[in-house]
Amino acid sequence: MDAYLEGIIMLSGINLIAVLGLSLLTGFAGLFSFGHAGFMAIGAYSAAIVTTIFKLPFSLGLAASAIVAAGVSWLIGRATLKLKGDYFCIATLGFGEAIRLILDNFQGLGGARGWPGIPPHTALWNILLLDVIGVVLLAHLVRSRHGRNMIAVREEELAAQVAGIDTFRYKMMALVISAAYAGVAGALLGHYMTFIQPKMFSMVKSTELTIIVIFGGLGSISGSVLGAVVLTFLPELLRAVDKWRLVVYGLAVIGIMIGRPRGLMGGFELTPSSVKRWIADRKDAKTAKADRMAEDAGNGKDVR
Amino acid sequence: MSDILEVRGLTKRFGGLAAVSEVDFSVREGGILGLIGPNGAGKTTIFNLITGVYKVTSGTVTFQGKNITDMEPYLIADLGITRTFQNIRLFKNLTVFENVLTACHASASYGLVDSFLRLPRFRREEKALQEKALELLSILGLADRKEAIANGLPYGLQRRLEITRALALDPKLLLLDEPAAGMNPDETEQLMRLIGDIRDRFKLSVLVIEHHMDLVMKLCERIVVLNFGQKLADDEPDGIRGDKRVVEAYLGGGDE
Repeated sequence: MDAYLEGIIMLSGINLIAVLGLSLLTGFAGLFSFGHAGFMAIGAYSAAIVTTIFKLPFSLGLAASAIVAAGVSWLIGRATLKLKGDYFCIATLGFGEAIRLILDNFQGLGGARGWPGIPPHTALWNILLLDVIGVVLLAHLVRSRHGRNMIAVREEELAAQVAGIDTFRYKMMALVISAAYAGVAGALLGHYMTFIQPKMFSMVKSTELTIIVIFGGLGSISGSVLGAVVLTFLPELLRAVDKWRLVVYGLAVIGIMIGRPRGLMGGFELTPSSVKRWIADRKDAKTAKADRMAEDAGNGKDVR
Repeated sequence: MSDILEVRGLTKRFGGLAAVSEVDFSVREGGILGLIGPNGAGKTTIFNLITGVYKVTSGTVTFQGKNITDMEPYLIADLGITRTFQNIRLFKNLTVFENVLTACHASASYGLVDSFLRLPRFRREEKALQEKALELLSILGLADRKEAIANGLPYGLQRRLEITRALALDPKLLLLDEPAAGMNPDETEQLMRLIGDIRDRFKLSVLVIEHHMDLVMKLCERIVVLNFGQKLADDEPDGIRGDKRVVEAYLGGGDE
């Protein structure tokens, strides 16, 4: 395969993992985060420590990235999840930047100059494998009682509480799982680039992830997949018109927001059964229309 | 028979305003108690205090002999008190079925790993949850609407769905906040029968806030009247009808 094309596919696969995690938090539990690049950074650095300093296998590095990111998110959650809506969002923004600044100033891990020489363990196959696992696990989760409880928190927090749902616990669960996803994405990114630098995990990255989730449609896993692929490819396809790249990217995102305010997929999930149902609905709509017309014709006669 | 819920000296202040002050009442096991009073009398505040949505300023709430004052709302729901809201709060973008299925969660105990990997325990319990939700929907007459989005239901059915969702938790005490608001006399009549039916069928006790006096007088075995956050009367329907202070404060008419 063309190395350039392969590179873009790998990048969208890596982005997808982080996006899946954020999709759980934002799309299903209804919590916005502008600090998820922070969890990616934690994952990237933890995995790099495991594989580069301790010379352990990449699988352990990936496990470490998920565990450390999840652990940090638990601490962050304890401190901030009691905050309502916008305030939580601002807190995550602060967290993301704080992580970046700490790494910038911590010389032991390369500081702002970055950390070169990370082994190139990331390959197309392990990205795609993790993508598939990530999608399957998430799809299973959101269609379990735990996933439904998260959705209930998004839909109507007070009603969820009086329906016996511990809303704090389910927000925490969504945050921790989404941070683990972001951590793994960070680890993959680090071992793909073979170089990590705090700058890679700035607020711009966090915002990009959030844009992808919203673009794909809140509460839709297939939307997130589509969003991650489209919005990673788009800037690359536009390299030919380099100067206008970001303008076109911005316009595309705005266009989607206007044309499809609920995102590309907007709560709709692409599964075999949903496709079947959609086809059946179309048929029903047609027969119903025919019935109605026949009925109208009949009524018309009665009236006369 | 014993009392399932006992409220003693319940007081809630918002700043200088006493929304509820020193209110006592109790709900008999299997009984239907009405809570009436003019707007702003503190009826909904009492619901919020019982269900833990607001923190109590002073006083106690005892449920089945257990002090539940200021417990977290979800724990109170777990113990067996559920409620509906005056301004309906459904999971709006979910289907009727999903609304009820979500609330059935307490009947299952499979964990996160069971969910992630779809282990046998997940399949078994999930199947039971789905059956339970379907059964509830057919009892409450919503089965043919199960795929409808909650927000798109007619108003009366939304109220019915909210009651169904509350029942999904197997409550022992159901709090209904103006269930007949915005309903026409026919629908009110239907609702009244429904409340009586579910009380018998699910062996519930019911505490209901309502302004439709017909409904309250016929349905409730006992009525508590509130005015400016204080208890004005606590009697059987006939007694309430004849109470001068109640007539003056709420029922209207009086000396005119």
